[in-house]
Amino acid sequence: MSTRLAKGGRLIDRSAATEFTFNGRRMRGYQGDTLASALLANDQMLVGRSFKYHRPRGIVAAGPEEPNALVNLGSGARLEPNQRATMTELFDGLEAASQNHWPSLEYDVGVINNTLARFLPGGFYYKTFIHPRAFWKHVFEPVIRQSAGLGKAPKDRDADRYEQAYAHCDVLVIGGGIAGLEAALQAAKAKKRVILLEQTPHWGGRAPVDHGTDVGPLVAQLSAMDNVTMRLRTTGAGVYDHGYVLADERIADHTPGDGRPRQRLWRIRAGQIIAATGAIERPLSFAGNDIPGVMLASAVRDYVVNYATSPGDRTVIVTNNDDAYRTALALHAAGLHVAAVLDVRAAVTGDLPAQVRAAGIRVEAGRAIAKVKGSKRVTGVQVCLQAGEGAVLEEIACDAVAMSGGWSPVVHLYSHCGGKLMWDVGCAMFRPDPAKPPVNHDGSAMVACVGAANGDGIGAGEAPMEAAWVTPQGAGIKLRTKMWLDYQNDVKVSDVQLAAREGYESVEHTKRYTTLGMATDQGKLSNINGLAVLSQALNEDIPQVGTTTFRPPYTPVTLGALAGEARGDIFQPLRRTPMHDAHEAAGAYFEPVGLWRRPYTFPREGESHADSVAREVINTRTNVGLLDASTLGKIIVKGPDAGRFLDMLYTGVMSTLPVGKCRYGLMCNEQGFLSDDGVVARISEDTFLCHTTSGGADRIHGWMEDWLQCEWWDWQVYTANVTEQYAQVAVVGPKARQLLETLGGMDVSRETLPFMQWADGTLGGFPVRVYRISFSGELSYEIAVPASHGAAFWAACMAAGESLGVMPYGTEALHVMRAEKGFIMIGDETDGTVIPQDLGLSWAISKKKEDYLGKRGQMRNHLASPDRWRLVGLETLDGSVIPDGSYAVAPGTNANGQRNTEGRVTSTYYSPTLKRGIAMGLIHKGPERMGETVEFNTVTGGTVKARIVDPVFYDKEGAQQNV
Amino acid sequence: MREIIAKLPLGHAHISHGTVTLAELALPRLTSVAPFVGQDKAVAKALKSMGLTFPNSNSVSQSKGEGALIWTGRNQAFLLAADPTPLQGLAALTDQSDGWCGLTLTGAGATDVLLRLVPVDLRLSALPAGACIRTGLSHMNLILWRNAPEAFTLLVFRSMARTAWHEVEEAMRAVAARAAC
Amino acid sequence: MLTLECPYCGVMAEETELSPGYEAHLKRFGPGSSDAEFEAYMFARKNPKGVHFERWRHAYGCGKWFLAARCTATLEVFGTYPAQVSAPPPEIIAKIKARRPGWEFK
Repeated sequence: MSTRLAKGGRLIDRSAATEFTFNGRRMRGYQGDTLASALLANDQMLVGRSFKYHRPRGIVAAGPEEPNALVNLGSGARLEPNQRATMTELFDGLEAASQNHWPSLEYDVGVINNTLARFLPGGFYYKTFIHPRAFWKHVFEPVIRQSAGLGKAPKDRDADRYEQAYAHCDVLVIGGGIAGLEAALQAAKAKKRVILLEQTPHWGGRAPVDHGTDVGPLVAQLSAMDNVTMRLRTTGAGVYDHGYVLADERIADHTPGDGRPRQRLWRIRAGQIIAATGAIERPLSFAGNDIPGVMLASAVRDYVVNYATSPGDRTVIVTNNDDAYRTALALHAAGLHVAAVLDVRAAVTGDLPAQVRAAGIRVEAGRAIAKVKGSKRVTGVQVCLQAGEGAVLEEIACDAVAMSGGWSPVVHLYSHCGGKLMWDVGCAMFRPDPAKPPVNHDGSAMVACVGAANGDGIGAGEAPMEAAWVTPQGAGIKLRTKMWLDYQNDVKVSDVQLAAREGYESVEHTKRYTTLGMATDQGKLSNINGLAVLSQALNEDIPQVGTTTFRPPYTPVTLGALAGEARGDIFQPLRRTPMHDAHEAAGAYFEPVGLWRRPYTFPREGESHADSVAREVINTRTNVGLLDASTLGKIIVKGPDAGRFLDMLYTGVMSTLPVGKCRYGLMCNEQGFLSDDGVVARISEDTFLCHTTSGGADRIHGWMEDWLQCEWWDWQVYTANVTEQYAQVAVVGPKARQLLETLGGMDVSRETLPFMQWADGTLGGFPVRVYRISFSGELSYEIAVPASHGAAFWAACMAAGESLGVMPYGTEALHVMRAEKGFIMIGDETDGTVIPQDLGLSWAISKKKEDYLGKRGQMRNHLASPDRWRLVGLETLDGSVIPDGSYAVAPGTNANGQRNTEGRVTSTYYSPTLKRGIAMGLIHKGPERMGETVEFNTVTGGTVKARIVDPVFYDKEGAQQNV
Repeated sequence: MREIIAKLPLGHAHISHGTVTLAELALPRLTSVAPFVGQDKAVAKALKSMGLTFPNSNSVSQSKGEGALIWTGRNQAFLLAADPTPLQGLAALTDQSDGWCGLTLTGAGATDVLLRLVPVDLRLSALPAGACIRTGLSHMNLILWRNAPEAFTLLVFRSMARTAWHEVEEAMRAVAARAAC
Repeated sequence: MLTLECPYCGVMAEETELSPGYEAHLKRFGPGSSDAEFEAYMFARKNPKGVHFERWRHAYGCGKWFLAARCTATLEVFGTYPAQVSAPPPEIIAKIKARRPGWEFK
C-alpha cells in the first residue's frame, strides 16, 4: 500500500494538518502536500479511469506531465474539471472528485469497452462510425457525446475574479530550478531587468531531490537584487512573436475566497527569453504499464523525499539508464524495500548502480518486465529477458513499479515560435538546435534553453542509456496490445503499429488517427515513445519521422484567466451617447450598433415592441419625433486641398458645394463597391464636415488617412474625427419647425433655412448647428450641440414639444421610415458586393469627374453588365411581411441541385403608415420588371408572392420633407 | 437666456481603493492643433507668445499658467486650457473640448493599477514623469500623461468614459485586494 | 503578437495597438488603365514567404499609417519608415541585403 512515512518530507509541515475530501471521503494531509501526495498518503492509488476503455488509472508522475490524476476540484461556482492532482496544492476543505467513471470509481460500467478492446483499435472513430449514414445522427453521435469529455463542465457563474497585467523586462527566465536560478543571477549581475518564473510553489526544481542541493542562498541572493522579480506558482504558458510571453500566475488557487483574484495572466514583453524548463522522464513500454502502482522512477523518489509518501512497500524498478538508480537509493534511505532493479541494458557498469548493489539491492541486467500483474493495483511483475519474446523467468511480488525510459528536455517554449530541434542519439532525445532558434524582431535568437531543457547534464557522468522502445524487444501482439503509450487516451504500441501498417507515415497524421498525444497532457509522456514506435514500424530513423508541433499553452490555462476582467459590463467598451441616461429613464430598449448602445424603441406600459415602433412612426409622421443621432460619424476635413480630396473620396462632386449647403455622398472602395454614405456639409471655404454611418466613423477616418498618407501625401488636407464632440438630435415631423420655434433663438423658416442647408445659431440658449436634412421623408432638422450640452438639449426639446405631442423614437422606427421612403441603409442594401448603380443611385455619381475611388472598379465588365440584381420595392400580394433574408426563387436548379434564385430581400418591414408589409430587394434586372410578380421562400417552407414596385412607397414627390 | 451648464461625462465622480484615487477631471478647453505646411516657424512664434513650444514626440509643453500642449502624433497636438486664437490661420484647429473625458489616477500603486490595463512599459526609465503616450486601454483609445511617478492624467473618448472608469476601478480593487492579503 | 516601431511616435507599439493594411508601394491604376493593369493593382497583391513591405496604422496611437519591411516567415523586422515614399529608403534596402544575401527589391 502507499502510505505516509514516519519521518522526512522536505516540503510538508507536519504541524499543519489539513483535511480534504476525495469522492466525499474525508482524508488528511499536511500543508505543503500536493493533492497527489496526500492521496497517496491515504493509500488512494486509484484516482480515475481512462478515456476509451475506462481502465483503472493511478498517479504516474509528480509534476505537470501527469496524464491520469485529473480531478474535478471544488463545487458549485468554484467547480473546475481536469485539474492535475500533482499540481494542486492541498488546502483545508479542498473537495476533489474523480472523473470519467459511472456509477463509481471502483465499479465502472464503461470498463466493458476494455473487454471489447480488440474492436476499438486505433482510428476506430474513423472506421466505425461511418455507415450506415443515418446512424450518425441517431446512434453514434449521442453515444459519443455521452462518453466524451473527462470532467464535468461547471454550470454556475464563476465565483472568482481573474486579472491580467503587462510586464516588460530585458531577460525573462522561465523555470526556477538550479539552471534557471543561475541564469537569472548571471543576467541580473549584467544589470539586466530580470523576471524569473517558477510553476511550482518551490525554487530549486529537481536539484534538492536528485543532488541534495540547498538553493536557499542562491534564492536569497536573487531576492535581494532590485532588478530581479521572482514569481512562484507562475507557468510560462506560451511564447509568441517578438518576445511576447503569456504566463499564468495562480495567486489564490490554494487560498480560495480570500478576496484576491484567483489567477493573473501576465502578458510579458521580454528582450530575451531563457527557457530553464528542465526535462520530463519517459515511461517504458511493457505490458500492463498502465496499472495503478506503475509510476515514473523520478516521481517515486519525489514523493518519498519531498512529501514522505511511499507509493508502495515493495518496489520493483525497471530502467534503461543509470538515473533510475537514484530512486533505489532514495527508497532504501527511507527504509523501504526495493525488490529488484531490472535493467534492460546487457551490461550495468555505472557508479550509481554500483552504489545500489553495495546497498544490497538486487540488480538484474538484460532483464525486462514481461507483464505487470494486478488490475486496480500492482501485485507483482513477471520478469523476462529484454532480448527475448517475453518468456517468463520468474515472478516478483511487489505493489509498486518505478520505471524510467530516459529523459526528454522540455523544448516546448523553444518550439512555440518555430525553433527547430535536433535528435541526440546518445540520450535518445530531441534537444534545441542552437543554429535554428526562434527569432526576435531584430533577427536575434529570441529563446535560449539552459540546463536540462537544453539536454545539458542528462546522463552526464553516467553509463550510456540504451533506447529500448518496446520491452521485451521481441514482444508478441498479445503483450503489445497491453503496452500503453498514452494513458489518458488509451493509445497502445499496437495502435501506432497498426496506423503505420495502414499507411499513416506522417507523425501528424498518426497522431490524429490514433489520438496519441491529444489528451489534456498533450503527449508530455507519450510523444517520444510513440514516435519511436512509429519510426521502427516504418523502418526509418526518428529524426526523419520528425516530431509533432508544440503549441501553446504548455499546460492548460483556465478560460477565466484568459478572459480576465473582460466580462459582464466590461466585456467590451460600451459607448453611450450624452443622452443615454434620459433614454434609460424613458424605458428605452437598447440595441448594440457597433460598440454603441442605441434605443431600438421606447415601449410604454403594456406595449409590444411592434406596437411601440408603430406608434413612434405614426406620431413622427403626424406630429413630431426626436431621434438621438449622436452616434453618426462626424469627420472634419480641412485644408486647401480638402475639396479635391473629397472629390476623389465620394462618387459625387463636393468641391462645388457652396458654403452653407449640404450634399448626400457615397463612398466606394477601389473595387467599386459601396462602402459608406452620409451628408457632407461645407462649413467654410476650406472646411467640410463629413457624416458617416454610426459604425463607420473610425473605419472611414482610417481610410481617409490611408489615402492622405500613402498616396496623396503632397495634398494639404487635415482630418479630425469629431464624432465624440457633438450630440446630435433629429427633430422630425410636420411640427418640427414649431418645436424649434418654441425653443427660439434662430430663424428656421423654409426661406432662411431651406432643405439641404445648414446654419449656426442658438436654440433655447444652446449653441447649435442645424442641418436641414431628412432620413425619414418628413420635415426634419438635425441639430448638433457640444456633447456636454446633449442631455440638457434633449430635455429642452422634449419640454418644448410637449404640447405638440413629441415622442422619442428609436432605430427601428428610423429604419421603417427610411424604408417607406426608399432610402438605402449601408449594411442592409449593401454587403460589399453591391455598387451604387445597383441601388438606383446613379444620380449621386458624377459623370464628369475623370476619377474617384472605385470608378475604375465599377468599369469592370461584370459590374457594368445590365444583367445584375438591382434595387426595387416589393409589395406582397397578401400584405404580409416577407421574412428577413428571403431569396426570390427562379425555375430550375443549379449544378449543386439547389433551387435557382433571381434576387433577395434586403430590407423588409411592416409599414404602420401603409398598414402592410413593404420591402426592398435586389432583383435580377429589377427596374425593368415593374409590375411583375416574384416568389420569395419563407423560413417555414412555401413561398410568398410579391409585386415589383418603385422602392419609394411614401411621398414620392418629396412634398413632406421640402416644406 | 437661460444659464447653460455643461455636463461632465461622469458627473464629477471620484473614488479611492487602498492608496489610489481615481477622479474625473473637469476638462478645460481642448483644441487639436495641426500646423499647416510651411507654417512651423509662425506656429512656434505664436506658441512662444502663449508660453509654449510645439512638443517633441511623447512629451508635453507646459506654460507657467494652466496651458499645456500635449503631443498626440506627428504634426499634431492637443492644446489644453489655453485660447487657440494666436494659432488661427497657422494650423488646423478643431475644438474637441466635449469629445474627451479626463481622469486622474493618483497615489502609491497608481502604476500597479495601470500595468493591468495598458500595454506600454510603465517603468520610469521608459515613461518618465512629464511624458505622454497614446495607447489603448482595453480596446479604447487612450492619451496617457504621466504627471509624476505615481500620478497620471488619462484622456478617453467621452462615450466610453463609463467603461474606462469601470475598467480602472476593477484594477484598483485588484491592487487593493492584493495589498490587503 | 509582433511589435513595430511607429516611425512618427518613436514608440514600440504592439500588435493590439496597430491595424494591418496591405501591400506597400502600390502604384494606383485608375480610369484609363487596362484590365490587366487594374487586375495587377487590385487583386494580384504580393504575399511572399520572406521579405515583404506592408502598411500598418498606429490605430491606438497617433492614428497615422506607416510602412514596415519584415520577413513573413521569421517575423524579423528590417525597419519601419514614414509612408510618404514610393520605394523603400536605401538604408532599409541595405539592411535587408545584409540580412538576406541575394535578395533584390522587385
